[in-house]
This record gives sequence, structure tokens and C-alpha cells, in this order.
Amino acid sequence: MFIVRDIIKAIRITFVLWLLTAVIYPLIMIVIGQVFFPFQANGSIVQNLEGQNVGSALIGQVFTSDRYFHSRPSAVNYSSFTQQERDPENIGQRTGVSGASNFAPSNPDLLARINETAAQLEERGILPTADLIYASGSGLDPHITVEAAFNQLEQVAKARNLSPDEITPLIAKHTQGRFLWIFGEPGVNVLNLNRELDVLQAPLE
Amino acid sequence: MLQGFFQIALTLIILAVIAPVFGKYMARVFLKKSTLFNRAINPIERFIFAVAGVRYKDNMTGRQYIQAILISNLVMGVFVFSLLMLQGLLPLNPTILNAPSWDLALHTAISFVTNTNQQHYSGETTYSYASQMLALCFLMFTSAATGLAVGIAFIRGLTGRLLGNFYVDLTLSITRILLPISFCGALLLLLAGVPETLASPAIVTTLEGTTQTIARGPVAHFEIIKQLGENGGGFFGINSAHPFENPNTFTNLLATITMLSIPMSLIFTYGIFANNTKQAWLLFWMVFSIFIVLVGITAVAEYQGNLFVNNTIFGGEQPNLEGKEVRFGWAQTALWAVSTTATMCGAVNGMHDSLMPTGGFSTLFNMFLQIIWGGQGTGTAYLFIYSILTVFITGLMVGRTPEFLGRKIEKKEIVLASLVLLVHPIFVLIPSAIALSFPDTLAGISNPGFHGLSQVVYEYTSASANNGSGFEGLGDATLWWNLSTSISLLGGRYIPIIALLLLADSMAHKQPVPETAGTLRTDTLLFTSVTAGVILILGVLTFFPVLALGPIAEGFQLLRN
Repeated sequence: MFIVRDIIKAIRITFVLWLLTAVIYPLIMIVIGQVFFPFQANGSIVQNLEGQNVGSALIGQVFTSDRYFHSRPSAVNYSSFTQQERDPENIGQRTGVSGASNFAPSNPDLLARINETAAQLEERGILPTADLIYASGSGLDPHITVEAAFNQLEQVAKARNLSPDEITPLIAKHTQGRFLWIFGEPGVNVLNLNRELDVLQAPLE
Repeated sequence: MLQGFFQIALTLIILAVIAPVFGKYMARVFLKKSTLFNRAINPIERFIFAVAGVRYKDNMTGRQYIQAILISNLVMGVFVFSLLMLQGLLPLNPTILNAPSWDLALHTAISFVTNTNQQHYSGETTYSYASQMLALCFLMFTSAATGLAVGIAFIRGLTGRLLGNFYVDLTLSITRILLPISFCGALLLLLAGVPETLASPAIVTTLEGTTQTIARGPVAHFEIIKQLGENGGGFFGINSAHPFENPNTFTNLLATITMLSIPMSLIFTYGIFANNTKQAWLLFWMVFSIFIVLVGITAVAEYQGNLFVNNTIFGGEQPNLEGKEVRFGWAQTALWAVSTTATMCGAVNGMHDSLMPTGGFSTLFNMFLQIIWGGQGTGTAYLFIYSILTVFITGLMVGRTPEFLGRKIEKKEIVLASLVLLVHPIFVLIPSAIALSFPDTLAGISNPGFHGLSQVVYEYTSASANNGSGFEGLGDATLWWNLSTSISLLGGRYIPIIALLLLADSMAHKQPVPETAGTLRTDTLLFTSVTAGVILILGVLTFFPVLALGPIAEGFQLLRN
């Protein structure tokens, strides 16, 4: 008898707390987000000159062309795929994915992958830095270190027929610094930097 | 390197300033004294109590308190399990996800109701917005509040008060602590770029013409309670490393502080209940010292990086950035890794599988001890379990009757305290041994050598300690892992809770003995140091063989190469 009364009480408190924390609280936040901060609330989606969505200011992308600064290695290819790789059976292509290699420092596969990446960098004539050698945590890291950007500067400038001096200020502009100059590490936002490079050269093309 | 340690030190200083103030606030809440927001919150609470049929003034006995916890948690767990299984029929499912397998849904429900949030799935590809918002986020609040209620009831009993009413404590934890802070924190996160939307994933054409699918959702409100409630279950598969959960260095600082604040502050809440702030400070600094040693060794190892890679690629020292984000770097990732395992939060902003062996050592060490801050509410309670055992051991050494806060420690208390400590090794080591006996069929190890052992032990430790982080390379999305860790989750959560409350109940009903010159004082530096010794000996020795075979052996292996 007591048990039944306790169960009913538990059901009632579950219901009312559910209403408060899982319905009212999120709804208020969603409304505030959509009304006052629609850009952030919808994922900081950015457009190119033609007004098409090209990505999120917070999420990295794959870059293979010499005309662009390259991002860090990613275990999930930055949640992106080419026309040939399109696969309706693959849930991840519909929902988006994130992920890391999860290689232990002692894993021989890690060393094999690192040697491969280092060889690719050498081929392009780019000095290796830790961030360009090691794969990121999220697989979507939008940043590279300032050093890694400067190591790529010459190659990008050459491919674009620009002088490195024209690009250097853009690197500084797209560097997200430490919070209060103290917390975290500075990083260069690769997508924003590359978008701006395209804008810079748009009238010439 | 100095800059890195400076950021770590500054973060900890901020926390040491917040903790006494916040602890005092929580004490006022649970002592039912008036607080700042009384006028706004009172009507909401009155409404909740009216709907739930809870009488504010009713006190519960230990048995009733335990019964209320078990029944309410069962009801919540069944409710969430049903929501998860009905996912395919419910709205707010823009990516058209089907229901998960029954064992995964069961594991998820148990893992979230026990405040663990161990995840054998990726949020993006498994659970719809409805499941994350209506089911998982709900448990994040109630499981954290359950932990807080247990911690407070334990402190009440220890200091000779009646235990209180579980439903009142549960509600007050949410309305006066978790929800108001979540609300402000979610706003800050939203401003800083964390999404809060019901729109489907954005599908864009990248600068180079490939298609990119950008997962998003109602993240901001989920993210803050994930940190504040020591839950740790990410909205996205990769947790707080994901740029949408933790987009910049500001959000990272905010998340680190919210993750550590409640377990750190609860020590001061005890100080106010016991009317002994000195003891609170001594315990605080004791835990703090162990904590900074672990942060220190982890950070140094990540800064020095992987010797093997350094020699072949760089020809000099470079930090280990495998599984780390540029914006956090080695320092903030190391601080986070140690904090998240210390507080039983379990969120990660870098991959623990890819930490240097010292990092693996520190994270496992934290979860073996469970008191270096410890889980929401329960961690502080475990700390006093060690204090009680220390009183007992020192009492044996000097031949005095053991007393804690003027109450005699007798056979019943020692049996219950020992039970609390024994549960953990049982639910960690036995299933680990079984899984490791079948390395090909059960274990799912992804990294060879000593690290593979650590992967398996880490998973069960994380389950039993109600932490939820993992060496995520482990192939844990199987029937075996879902069911076996579910047992560790339940055992590691509810058996200690039952023992803690019974112990508190029996302490509450003891006649206090007046303090004399012969009383062993528990608020001295000497006693605190002995407590630290007892913690290290009792807590670590049980698990030392595993540490030696896992991270320590891996460390030597890397050195030899």
C-alpha cells in the first residue's frame, strides 16, 4: 500500500520536473536564441559572395588545393563527402558526424599515419608543426596554429600570384586569440581566412 | 610552457574564490534560509509541491529517503527508456532516426539516470532532438539533483540533523541551484556561438565544392547542465571537443569552472552545516593538493609530447596534439582531462585514449579514488567516509573510542563505510577480468599492448564511478558492453547511496558525547594529513596492479623505444 502511494508520488514529481526542465526551460532558450541571436543559434552559417551557404564559421573544412591554406588531419574528413562518395545508406552523411582517431601514443598505426602525413607535407614543401601532424579531437577543428599558417604562407601566395605581404595581415585578422589574452591558445580560422582570400581576388577573376 | 601553467593556475584561483561563496549559498538553500531569489522561486516551488503532493515539512527516515530515491529514479528511468524506444514515432526528429536497439536504449537510460552519461553511441547519428531534449536533458537535471540530495542528506545526518525530505531536496536542487545557473550559462554559451535550434543539419557546398553536413540542434541549454550537473554526456559524439559544444576559449573556461564548482563548493557547505569552517578549508586544501599534482604531471607529459614522434618528425619537443583541438592546446586539455575525471563529469574536450600514459594514469587514479572533488554530492560524502575510517584507524592506534563530530563510530558505521569502499573494486575488477578473458569476442580493444588493458579497465571504472568518459577507441557498442557496464553503473551508484544514507541515519540518532581533552580533534593539520595517507593507501593500493600493468607499463614502453 505504501509502495503504491510512493510510486504515484514519484510519477507526479517526475511529470512536473520534466515539464520544467525538459519542456519549459529548453523552449525559452530556443525562443531567445531564434529571436535575439539567430546567427549563433543556427550554427554560425556563413555565405560566399553569391550568397550561397559555404559552411559554418565555427567548423573546419577540407582543403586540398594549393590556393588555400590547409586544415588539420581529420578522422572523419570534416563530415564532408564528394559526389562520388555520396551514399544514401550512410546515416552520417545525412546527420553529420564528428570523431577522432583514438590512437594511443604507443599505437604503431599512429606512427604509420603520422609518417604518411609528414611525407605529404614534405612534398608540398611545408615545415611540419604538431597541429598539422596530429589529427584533431573533433575531426572538425576550425583552427590551425599561427606557426602552421605562416609555414603555408609562401605556397599559397605563389599559387595565387600574390606577395606574402598581402596575405600576412589576413592571417592576423583571422587569428582568434586567447580569452582575456590568458586562457586557451591562439588559432587561425582556416575557412574564414580562405574565404577572405577568395574575396580579395574576386574582382581580378 | 610557463604561459600554459599560468592559465591553469589562474583557473584554479578563480575556483578557489568561487567555492566558499557558492558553498555558503548552497548551505543556505538546504538549511531553508532565505536566499536572494526567494520571491521569484517560491511560487514555482509551491506549484511543484502542490502538483507532486509533497508536504514541505515532512522529514524522512533513512529507509524512506532510500525508498524515495530508488522509486523515483526507477520511474524516471522507465519513462526515458520508453521515450528513447518510441523515438521513431515522436516529432522533433529531422534526420529521421529509427529507435536504437533495446540494449543501447537500456544502457543509455541507466547511464543517464545514474548521473554517469557513459555513451556507447554518437549523438548525431543515434538520438533525435526529441530524445536529447525531452529524455536525456531531463535526466541530466534529476540525476544531478539526486546526487546533491544524497550529499546533503548525508551531511545532515553526520552533523546530527534529521535527513530531510528527498522530494524537497530534489526540487530545491533544481529550482535554486541547477536551473538558475543553467539559464544564465546557456545564455552566455548562446552568445558565444553554441547553437540552439530545431532546424535540421545544414548541408552546404564547401569552398572546394564537396558537400559538408553540419550537425546542429538545441545544444546550448543541454551543454550547460551537462557541465554543471557533472553529467558529461555530449550532444554530439565527440563531446566538448566539438566546435558547436565548445566553440572558443571563453566557453572552455566557463565549462571548466561550472564543471568543478559544485563538488568543490560542497566541502564548504559541509563546513557551514558542521559549523566548522576550519575543517572545511583543511579538507579543501588536502584534495586540492592531490588534484594539482595530477594536473601538473598530466600537463607536463602532454607538453613534452610523444618522444617517438618528436624524434622521427620534429627533431625537437612538440606537444602531443593527437585528439586535441588547437584552441585548447595541451594546457587546457590536460586541465580538463584531470578535472572531468576528478569531478565525475565525464565530458571531454580532447580524446583520453590519445593522452600520454601519464594522462591515462591521472584519469584512472581520479576515478579509482572518487574523492578528488568526486561526483555531484556523492564525492563529498565519500570524502567523509574516508574521514570516518581515519578516525577508526587512528582510534585503534592510540586506543581511544573513535568519534566523529562528537558521535561514536561503532561496528555498524564501519561496516557500512567499508561497504561503500568495496563496491567500487568489485564492479570494476571482476567484469574487467571477464572481458579480458575473451579478448577477441568481448573486449573490443582497439589499441594494442598495455593500452588495451587500460581501455577495458577504464570503461568499467568510468561506469562504476559514474564518470562517463572513456578511452573511446574501445568497440563498446555491443550487447556485452551495454549490459555488463549497466550492471557496474547500477551497482556503483545505488549500493553506495543506500549505505551512505543508512550510515547518516544511524549517526543522526546518536547521542553526542561532550568534547574532552581526550577527544581526537578532526580539524587539525595532523588529522587531515593522516586522512590523506589513508585515502592513498586504501584507495590506490586496491587498484595499483592495474595501474602498473596499464599506464605505467605503457609509459616505460614509450621510453624504451
